[in-house]
Amino acid sequence: MCLAVPGKIVSMTQDGSAVADMLGARREVSLRLVPDAALGDYVLVHAGFAIQVIDPQEAAETIALMRELDELVEEELPGAAGDRA
Amino acid sequence: MSAVSGPQAAAIDFSAFRDPGLARDLIARIRGAVGNRSINLMEVCGTHTMSIGRFGFRSVMPAGLRLLSGPGCPVCVTANRDIDRAIAIARIEGVTIATFGDMMRVPGSTSSLAAEKAAGRDVRIVYSPLDALRIAEDEPGRQVVFVSVGFETTTPAIAACLLDAAERNLANFSMLCANKLTPPALRAIADDPQTRIDGFILPGHVSTITGLAPYRFLVDEFGLPGAVTGFEPVDILASIELLVRMIIDGTPDIVNAYRRGVNADGNPTARALTEQVFETVGATWRGLGELCASGLRIREEYACYDAQRRFDVHVEPTQEPRGCRCGDVLRGRIAPDTCPLFGHACTPEHPVGPCMVSSEGSCAAYHRYRV
Amino acid sequence: MADNTVLLGHGSGGQMMKRLIDEVFLEAFGSPELLEGNDAGVGELPGTGRIAMSCDSFVVTPPFFPGGDIGRLAVCGTVNDVATSGARVRYLSCGFILEEGYPLDDLRTIVRSMADAAREAGVRIVTGDTKVVGRGSADGVYISTAGVGEVPCGVNLSGANCRPGDVVLVSGTLGDHGIAVMSTREGLAFATDIQSDAAPLNHLIAAAMDAAPHARCFRDPTRGGLASTLNEFADASGVAIEVDEDAIPVRPEVRGACEMLGYDPLQVANEGKMVAVVPAEEAQAALEAMRGAPYGENAAIIGRVLELDPGREAHVRVRTGWGATRILDMLVGEQLPRIC
Repeated sequence: MCLAVPGKIVSMTQDGSAVADMLGARREVSLRLVPDAALGDYVLVHAGFAIQVIDPQEAAETIALMRELDELVEEELPGAAGDRA
Repeated sequence: MSAVSGPQAAAIDFSAFRDPGLARDLIARIRGAVGNRSINLMEVCGTHTMSIGRFGFRSVMPAGLRLLSGPGCPVCVTANRDIDRAIAIARIEGVTIATFGDMMRVPGSTSSLAAEKAAGRDVRIVYSPLDALRIAEDEPGRQVVFVSVGFETTTPAIAACLLDAAERNLANFSMLCANKLTPPALRAIADDPQTRIDGFILPGHVSTITGLAPYRFLVDEFGLPGAVTGFEPVDILASIELLVRMIIDGTPDIVNAYRRGVNADGNPTARALTEQVFETVGATWRGLGELCASGLRIREEYACYDAQRRFDVHVEPTQEPRGCRCGDVLRGRIAPDTCPLFGHACTPEHPVGPCMVSSEGSCAAYHRYRV
Repeated sequence: MADNTVLLGHGSGGQMMKRLIDEVFLEAFGSPELLEGNDAGVGELPGTGRIAMSCDSFVVTPPFFPGGDIGRLAVCGTVNDVATSGARVRYLSCGFILEEGYPLDDLRTIVRSMADAAREAGVRIVTGDTKVVGRGSADGVYISTAGVGEVPCGVNLSGANCRPGDVVLVSGTLGDHGIAVMSTREGLAFATDIQSDAAPLNHLIAAAMDAAPHARCFRDPTRGGLASTLNEFADASGVAIEVDEDAIPVRPEVRGACEMLGYDPLQVANEGKMVAVVPAEEAQAALEAMRGAPYGENAAIIGRVLELDPGREAHVRVRTGWGATRILDMLVGEQLPRIC
C-alpha cells in the first residue's frame, strides 16, 4: 500500500478539487489533503486524492546524486561494467 | 516501454527513476557490497511487493540477499471476521456495496464480495471513496456502504470522504472501516524471535502521510535500519543499497530515500483529518493476531456513518482456511512456495488465503512473476 | 473445475476462460479443427480447398466508446480472427439480439459502422438474423458475427508452429482499446484522448505474409492482452517466449492510466493489433511490411522464441531494461483496479 502516481495539476475548481494529468490520462482529484497545491504543481494521486505535492527540486537532486555516485562505480567495483546487460 | 508521441513533456523527468543504466549500476553496487554475506531485508507495503516482483529484482540480486515480503498488504491482513461482516451487509436488501477492486476476490469464511456479486448482490468497484459518495447522491433509494481497508496512505482520503458525507448530510451513506496502522506491524516483526530481519524497506506513501518519526523505534529499540522508499526501479535499488551499507557498517538509521514524495514531517493536514474522524483501537490482524493500538475506528461523533453501528447483522462464525499458512508468510517466516498449499490447492484461480488472492499479496506476486 | 456457476472471470480471456473452454466446450465438441486451438477453424471443403471460419459475439458495454462502437468491433473482430489463419476473408454473417426499448437511431449508427468497417476490409455481410428480447434481458444490443474465407494452398499458420530462434512482432501500440473503454466505466471514469484501436487487419496480415512467406502465426491480442496471446503460443508450441519490456510500444496516456489503476498494459485488451511470430531471417521484412500497411505504423519487434530449459514448462517472460526477468502470466479472472 499504496499505489499513488505523479500527476500534474492542469486545472483547478472552486470547490477544492483539480484535474490531474498523468501522462495524458486526466482525472478529477480532491485537494483537501494538500490545500496549498497550485496549478502546475505535480502531486501524488491516490484513490482520487492528491496526498502530497512532489518537490521537483528534490527529484532533480536525487537523480543528480545517484548519477554522481554512478561515476564512482567503475573505480569502486572493477568488473561491474561486466554486469551491464 | 518505448514512448510513442504523447503530450507535452513533463517538467519533472520521472523517467530518470526508471533509467535502465542507473538500475544496472545500482545492481552492480549492491552485488559488490553484499558479496557473500547473508542479509534479510523486508518490505511492508503491498505496492513494494508488486513492484519488486514486476521489476524482477530477485532474479538479479546476490544469492545471500533475501527480499522478504511482510504484512504490508492491507487486504491480506484484514481478519476474516471483517470480510464476513462486509458480506453480511452486502446481503441486506437495498444495500449497495462500494469497494476498492483489491477487496473483491478476498475469501472470507465462506464467500467473497465477488461471489456475492455473482450471486446477484449489488457490489460495485470504485477507484475513489468519493465515487461511492457519488453513487449515494445519484441513487437516494440505495443504502451505500463503502468498504474501507488500507493503511496510513489511504486513511486520510477515507476521513475526508466521511467528512464530505457529513457536510452534505447524506443519510444513505456509511463506511465499514478496517483500516490499520503500520508501525505496530513493524514492531511485531522486529520483535519476532522466529524471523531475522536485518533492515526494512519502508513504505513510501505511508511515509508521505506519517513522516519519519514513527519509525525511529526501529533504530532506538532494535538497532535496525530503515529506508523510506519510492516505487520506481531506481528508488527500490537505491534503498536496498543504502540498507546494505548501513547493515554492513553497523550504522542503523532511518533514511528518507524518497525525498521527492516524503517530507520528514509527512503531511500534517492529512493526519489532522484522520485524527478528527478516527480513534486508535486494538485490532486483529491475520497472521499477527491482536495488536494493540493498531486499528482505527470511526469516532462516536460520526457514528451514524459507521456501517458497523448502523447495520445490526449476524456475522457467521469465523472459519480459517485449513492448512493456510498466510500468517507465517505475512511474518516473513516462510517463503510463499514453502507453504504446502502453494501452487496446488492454493492458486490465483482458486485461492485459499488472501496472500494469494490479493493482487499484491506475497503469494500472488510470487506465483505471478515467479520471482 | 470447482466453480458451480458462471463467473465474470470466465469471460475475461485469461486462465479461467481457458478452463471453461477446455473442460466444458472442448470436452463436448472436441473436433480436430477446434483442438488446434487457433482463432479460426480451418476445414476442408472437398473439391474446393480449405476454408477458415470464425465467430465472435460482442457484448461490450457501453456500446459506444471513444474511437468506435460495438458494430465496428463486431466486424473487425471477426475479420481479424479469420485473417489470422492466412485466409482471404470474404463473407460475414451477423446476428442481433436486441433489447426491447433500445433506440433505433443508436441501432442505425451501429449498423452503419458495421457497413463502413466491412467496406474497409473488403468483405460482404451476406446473411443475418434478428431477435428481440424483453426489457432487461440483454444489455441494449448483442451482436454475433461469423466470417469465412479461403485459405491459400500451402498456408498453415498455427500457434503451434513457433520454433526457437523465431522473432515476435506486434503491429502497434498496446492497451489502447481496453483503456478507452475503461475510461467510460462508472466508478473508474477518467478523461483521455485514447481511442479504441478497433480496425480490420486483414490487409496488414496479407502484406506481412507476402514479405514473410514462412510466418508461423498471427493472433490479435484481445481479452487478456498480449500476455494471453503469447502464453497461448508458448503452450501450443512448447517453447519459451521472451519479450523486451522497453521494445513494447505503449502510449504514454495508456501507461499513465494503467499506473493509476494498477493495471498491466500487457494484459489489457486490444482490438486493432496483431502479434506475429516469424522466422528470424524474415523478421525485418515483416516489420517493414507491417509499418507500411494500414494501422501498422508503430509496428515493432518485441522479442524472441527460445528453447525450453529441461524440466521447465512452456512460459512467457519479460526482460527488463536492467537485465532482470519475470514471468508474464495469463490473467486470472477480470483485471481489477487496485489502490494498493
